[in-house]
Amino acid sequence: MKNHSASSKKIQKTSLIGKFRGNVKYQKYLFVYTCLLLPILFFLGIRILPTLFTFNVGFRDWNLLATGVKPFIGLENYKVLIQDKVFIKSALNTLIYIVLGVSGQLFFGIVVALLLHKINRFVGFFRVIYFIPYVTSIVAISWVFQWILMKNGIINDLLIKIGLSPQPFLNSPDQAIYIIIGAMIWQALGFQMVLFLAGLENIPKMLYEAAEIDGASPWQKFWHVTVPLLNPTIVFSAVIGSINFIQVSFTQVINMSSDGTGGPLNSTMTVVVYIYQLAFRKFDMGLASAATVMLFLFILALTLFQMKVLTKKFDY
Amino acid sequence: MKIGKVLTYLALILGSIIMLFPFVWMVSTSLKSPIDIFSLDIIPENITFSNYIKVMEESLFAKWFLNSLIIAVVTTISVAFFDTLVGYIIAKFSFVGRGVLFILILSTLMVPTEMLIIPWYMMSSDFGWTDTYWGILFPGLMTGFGVFLMRQFMEQIPDDLLNAARVDGMNEFMIFFKIAIPQVWPALAALSIFTFLGNWNAFLWPLIVIESEALRTLPVGLSFFSSGEAESQWHLIMTGSTIAVIPLILVFILLQRHIISGITLTGMK
Repeated sequence: MKNHSASSKKIQKTSLIGKFRGNVKYQKYLFVYTCLLLPILFFLGIRILPTLFTFNVGFRDWNLLATGVKPFIGLENYKVLIQDKVFIKSALNTLIYIVLGVSGQLFFGIVVALLLHKINRFVGFFRVIYFIPYVTSIVAISWVFQWILMKNGIINDLLIKIGLSPQPFLNSPDQAIYIIIGAMIWQALGFQMVLFLAGLENIPKMLYEAAEIDGASPWQKFWHVTVPLLNPTIVFSAVIGSINFIQVSFTQVINMSSDGTGGPLNSTMTVVVYIYQLAFRKFDMGLASAATVMLFLFILALTLFQMKVLTKKFDY
Repeated sequence: MKIGKVLTYLALILGSIIMLFPFVWMVSTSLKSPIDIFSLDIIPENITFSNYIKVMEESLFAKWFLNSLIIAVVTTISVAFFDTLVGYIIAKFSFVGRGVLFILILSTLMVPTEMLIIPWYMMSSDFGWTDTYWGILFPGLMTGFGVFLMRQFMEQIPDDLLNAARVDGMNEFMIFFKIAIPQVWPALAALSIFTFLGNWNAFLWPLIVIESEALRTLPVGLSFFSSGEAESQWHLIMTGSTIAVIPLILVFILLQRHIISGITLTGMK
């Protein structure tokens, strides 16, 4: 860009070209600032200022139902939260959702991609089938899972038929969270599969041939060629997957948990569901804002951590 | 070798059954009459469309469907236009404040939407935006991710191409539409598809900002319908779910090549 303007300055000898350039420059600036007007307003007014505002609300006693001043109370909201058993539970659950959910997604995504990579017929057909859940409405599919897994639903019918005892699934505080995680993996694995399939196709065939000449077993080929070369995809998928999980978990939990609010016994409660309850059921905006700030710091730390750990491991 | 292939296909077929069974069971239940829904037949003995008639007549599914469509389309057009434009300007122009602007936009990527819901809600109630279309769609009109993505692709356009158009006397808007956009078409298509999907399925914000039944989007409407009016009437809930799911699956099958190559294109950047 700089070279360009320098070289064109030299050409700018005759006044005619000078005028033309001046006109172009004026047009350029007019274009740039006209076009940026609305986007700047949007990003400032709808993204940046509200973010700062949330920090502010988090330091205040701010109940929507109370009128008058919203007194500054320092870290009081944060103190309340870390002593709040439900909040702690929801934070731990969120961690379980992310750790199991993301690793499950990555695992099944890689497995399906590897299987598809081995065959040469019907690849497109299977790819479509495995991807379909990703494009379907989470709300709708959550209710379908409730129906399939209910007390006298089809899965329990089948369990009884083969002589096993029926399971409470979503009604059990021990099972519900894993069922929801399973549903989330089911829905997202197609997305990961597509990414890994592309990653696999980018690995040069000669690397495998070279490994074969060296006498590598299939397992060694996988572990020493495929995994390191897929690593950028794994990092990307893990980061995207974690952030998605935090957000998507709200929809799944509201629509799949037995009471619609993270039950039974808060066993499926996530931080986002709890924030929603604090803000829009109890109208305690101060406490809810403090919780979103903690979520923000958590996501930030998690992202940095994942980038560090996952990129270091196979640094060649 | 042969056995390995057969086992691979078997594993893939088994997986496919797991992926598809919920949809099959959903459609199957929606076609059963209330007394038959606990039968285990996958193809119902007496196929009936009465559930569909009932759902369409007694609830606002058609309206919710339309609401979702309007919101997803408007948001997608806005995101496609503004994100591409801003990405183009940041990639191809030098002007005062460019660096600051780009960092500001990038920083919004770090902030989860959940953190903004409280201020958005307060804004909406102060300005009277709650319970309007505008209220549902204003937070999504532009995205930091889209700007970032389009900037990456715009940077690859050679400057000479744009300058040649300037020398030819094209104005800047024409250059943007006629020269720049065609160069990044695949990325723009991918961004549009994912924006549409995201907004079509959006749940948290519409749930908060909508109060009246007539303004609900499809996910919000379906959620209230399933836990409220239709409580435990699984034939009706599955009918509603089918209405919400099938159109999107059809659109996906039509566009699958673009969607799948879009993920690879934008994901591998």
